[in-house]
Amino acid sequence: MKIEVFESSCCKSSNVYDLVERAVNESGVNAEVTKASDTMEAIKRGIMRTPALVIDGKAVCAGRAPKYEEVVDWLSGGKS
Amino acid sequence: MFKYFADLVVFDWLGLPPGDPFTTALNFFMYGVPKILVLMTVAIFAVSIIRSYFPPEKTKKYLSNRRTFVGNILAALIGILTPFCSCSAVPLFIGFIEAGVPLGVTFSFLVSSPMVNEVGLIMLLGMFGWKVALLYVTSGVVIAIISGYVIGKFNLEHLVEDYVYQIKSEDVEIYEPTFAERCREAKRFTINLVRKIALYVAVAMAVGGFIHGYVPSDFLVTYAGRGNSLAVPLVVLIGVPMYNSVAGMVPIVYALIEKGLPLGTSLAFLMAVAALSLPEMIILKRVLKVKLIAIYVSILTVAIILTGYLFNAIV
Repeated sequence: MKIEVFESSCCKSSNVYDLVERAVNESGVNAEVTKASDTMEAIKRGIMRTPALVIDGKAVCAGRAPKYEEVVDWLSGGKS
Repeated sequence: MFKYFADLVVFDWLGLPPGDPFTTALNFFMYGVPKILVLMTVAIFAVSIIRSYFPPEKTKKYLSNRRTFVGNILAALIGILTPFCSCSAVPLFIGFIEAGVPLGVTFSFLVSSPMVNEVGLIMLLGMFGWKVALLYVTSGVVIAIISGYVIGKFNLEHLVEDYVYQIKSEDVEIYEPTFAERCREAKRFTINLVRKIALYVAVAMAVGGFIHGYVPSDFLVTYAGRGNSLAVPLVVLIGVPMYNSVAGMVPIVYALIEKGLPLGTSLAFLMAVAALSLPEMIILKRVLKVKLIAIYVSILTVAIILTGYLFNAIV
């Protein structure tokens, strides 16, 4: 599983990466997590709102910080 | 219903004498706060659900290579739904341009997004009634359409920073939530937002009530009333560099109107503060050359001034 985290770079500071790390560790999923904090990287990836979370190429959440339970749900294939 | 509640509390339960300034102020407050909060909750929830169907990642594809004018109208309407903070202006701008959305259409979106939104609309509705709210929203959308259209006609693409055109972004697949998921997300968003602005609404209405009950009107008439034909450009030029959200400006505008500033002059001030600001111009400098920012600001300023005069003439 490939997880891309795009942190918010302005107004609201976000902490999605830590949340995702915790969820990955606790659910024991085998995942490669990358993190980007720069707006340009998000734009190049096609994301226009941060924070955002892309799992296996699909943006499951953009423009808001997800909740822990949601992330766990997505890791277990809840939205694929 | 809300009027009945306010009268019940103020006159029956508290037994206050009608006509007294304190009674007037309290009645205004007791009427306004519950009404605005109920309307606000309904509006934010409804708009959140509609908004979930128009994420900017989808909007840009929808607007790319649109004919001008039709594109300007669509962009201005979608701008209403999109919440705006100055820092999201750059990613939105680059994303739109990169996806092939015409420059003028992108500007229509950038103008309507901060100027018209559901929270500001309900605040206007609550404090001034539906006529003023409708007047504001309609003119905001029309200004966004026209100013974007004019910018598009000028063919100013060369005044966008060159690197913007070199960016190639990937297409990210967006997860389509089910309707139940949209409702759940909208509910959470609404609760958070209403909780955040409830206190603000109460303070705004307390200030409004105080002015309503105590401050004599005609205070500003001498300086910026109908007699002063330069009042509209003057307040607009003061408002342009300032920034506050529409909702944040409503109590201030209420105070200005109660003190005798004409409606058109006041709404022009509100638009100038909401639509344009110095921080936004500085942020836009990352993607636009100074000349284009100057053109954009000038067109919008003129459009707002004309709208102010028009409202003063017809209302």
